[in-house]
Amino acid sequence: MRLSDLPKGAPAVVDRVHDAHAADPIAQRLRDLGFVDGEPVRVVAIGPLGADPLLIQIGSTRFALRRSEAHRVTVRQEAA
Amino acid sequence: MSASTLRIALVGNPNCGKTALFNQLTGGRQKVANYAGVTIERKEGRFMAPSGRLLQILDLPGTYSFDANSPDEQITRDVLEGNYPGEAAPDLIVCVADATNLRLHLRFVLEVKRLGRPVVLALNMMDAAQRRGIEIDVPELQRRLGLPVVETVAVKRGGALALIERVDGEVPVTAPAMADDPASRADLHAQVREILSATVTMPRQTAVMDDALDRWALHPVFGLAILAVVMFLVFQAVYAAGKPMSDLIGTGFGWLGGHVATLLPAGPLQSLVVNGLFGGLGTVLGFLPVILVLFFFILVLEESGYLPRAAFLLDRLMMSVGLTGRSFIPLLSSFACAIPGIMGTRSIQDPRDRLATILVAPLMTCSARLPVYALLIGAFIPTHRVLGMFNLQGLVLFALYVAGILGAMAVGWVIKHIRRDKSEHALLMELPSYRMPKPRDVAIGLYERGGIFLKRLTGVILALTVLMWFISTFPSPPAGATGPAINYSFAGYIGRGLQYIFAPIGFNWQISLALIPAFAARETAVAALATVYLVGGEASGGLSHALTGQISLASALSLLVWFAYAPQCMSTLAIIRRETNSWRNVAISFGYMFGMAYAASFLVYQLASWLA
Repeated sequence: MRLSDLPKGAPAVVDRVHDAHAADPIAQRLRDLGFVDGEPVRVVAIGPLGADPLLIQIGSTRFALRRSEAHRVTVRQEAA
Repeated sequence: MSASTLRIALVGNPNCGKTALFNQLTGGRQKVANYAGVTIERKEGRFMAPSGRLLQILDLPGTYSFDANSPDEQITRDVLEGNYPGEAAPDLIVCVADATNLRLHLRFVLEVKRLGRPVVLALNMMDAAQRRGIEIDVPELQRRLGLPVVETVAVKRGGALALIERVDGEVPVTAPAMADDPASRADLHAQVREILSATVTMPRQTAVMDDALDRWALHPVFGLAILAVVMFLVFQAVYAAGKPMSDLIGTGFGWLGGHVATLLPAGPLQSLVVNGLFGGLGTVLGFLPVILVLFFFILVLEESGYLPRAAFLLDRLMMSVGLTGRSFIPLLSSFACAIPGIMGTRSIQDPRDRLATILVAPLMTCSARLPVYALLIGAFIPTHRVLGMFNLQGLVLFALYVAGILGAMAVGWVIKHIRRDKSEHALLMELPSYRMPKPRDVAIGLYERGGIFLKRLTGVILALTVLMWFISTFPSPPAGATGPAINYSFAGYIGRGLQYIFAPIGFNWQISLALIPAFAARETAVAALATVYLVGGEASGGLSHALTGQISLASALSLLVWFAYAPQCMSTLAIIRRETNSWRNVAISFGYMFGMAYAASFLVYQLASWLA
């Protein structure tokens, strides 16, 4: 499942970040910001216009990601 | 080594409190705020440690990693390694981390450690961590990291004592440098997780307060409503609170000028002092309270952490006009002044988004336009109540701000559509915790801004005002001249020359002339008009009285619109040149704004004349 499809408030963990193209700097930045295997992640809020961007909680940090950015991240939903 | 200077560099993730710590250490007054990317240039300060050793502190912009893909982060890395031209490697790196957000910040600490240079870790915001019940086993953290760790509270007096003591002591031993490759970078996260599980216990991942506030502030409907109300109230308050104070200062200066006039013999000197200094400068000085009220609100918003929320809410809208949510903060600072706004665009990573933001930033209504707006609105717009609660003057002021914003959106949209590179733009923006604004920081911010305003007033504005007085007074009219003396002065000739260009948009020669000094500093337009009308002997009942007698409502509206869009001021164009390193962008800015201002003023003038 993609992070961009995760329902608001549903707990999940990151699987991995996929490069949208070769040497994708946005994907690398996401990994540096902690989007790595096993990190708990949650959609906290959704932007008011066109449901974009998404506010993602990862650890104690909140990041605003556009849908295209969140689409790079695959997540697993776990009964937590 | 006690006599030598110790060079210390402060590094860390964005918004972890490096600059607050820097100010605490050096007694500096650098700008702090609650969002990522406040510090955009290296800042240096020094202080004497208790041991008598001189410590030189370098404050660097925040960075998430040393990814070579990002030029800014490469620079920070080069500075730390001593590879940056003209910059010796620091003797000690103080890595600052937010104690409430170690999962993110420790990764960077490990990255810094791998440089193989002496590092001390400052766990900042320990007060917030304690409030949230976060427990950190500092000795264990120190052991596992292999780095000295000190606790700091950068925003509290004496909150950096432990850090001072530590950096004043022995320079810690250095771990060996390690290679930077993708495999080991991924490994850093695993290390962080291991260290955290052994040293930190958190009752919950986020602050209760943040969750509660964000539920409203980021709500799809209420969030936008709150944003609109906040912005509207700020601009109403600027008028309601600032204007009475301004009037008081204006009246005071008029009275003072009248008294000084009786002390001086009639002649050029009396005219310079009364018309130029008291009339011109006094009028501009009167707008200081209005500007301070505006800055007060901007500072409070900056400190609170609300601004990145607004950026979140508006990202999609801004994207549709070729900008990004990240443009919001630089554009909001441009309401104070376009210069810090344009410099603040450095926090926008995407070069295309950054250029678009730079090009539209001067369209945001800067505080230097306020005196001009306030003067014209005060003179021409009645003080009606609309719907029983809104002041019509305040509404017109609000409309002018909106006109600037709509103009910026139109220009952004055009840029988006003529831009060739359509590849993806990233947002990736961190939202900080909310924080109560510190009265001291707000006071320092107001003091600094007030100082800058007074410096401009006594520098460039004073010089231009004296110059305006000079060209309005000399040469004296020839013997037997019939018209007013000012018609024979340099000012009269220049103004009438310019009027060929500006007559179609309804400017008389006095206004056309005032546009020249306004190009150096917009507020000067007010001082220049005051001087020209006073010297011309047409402003006996005050400047706004003279204006209503001399120009039509259509001209006044046209002038307001002109100031909303016109290419000003020189310093803004100079900063565009510096930040984009291109004269072409300066020419584009000047050209499109001139065209836009002329077209808009022309429409407004013709329409208003026709309606009247």
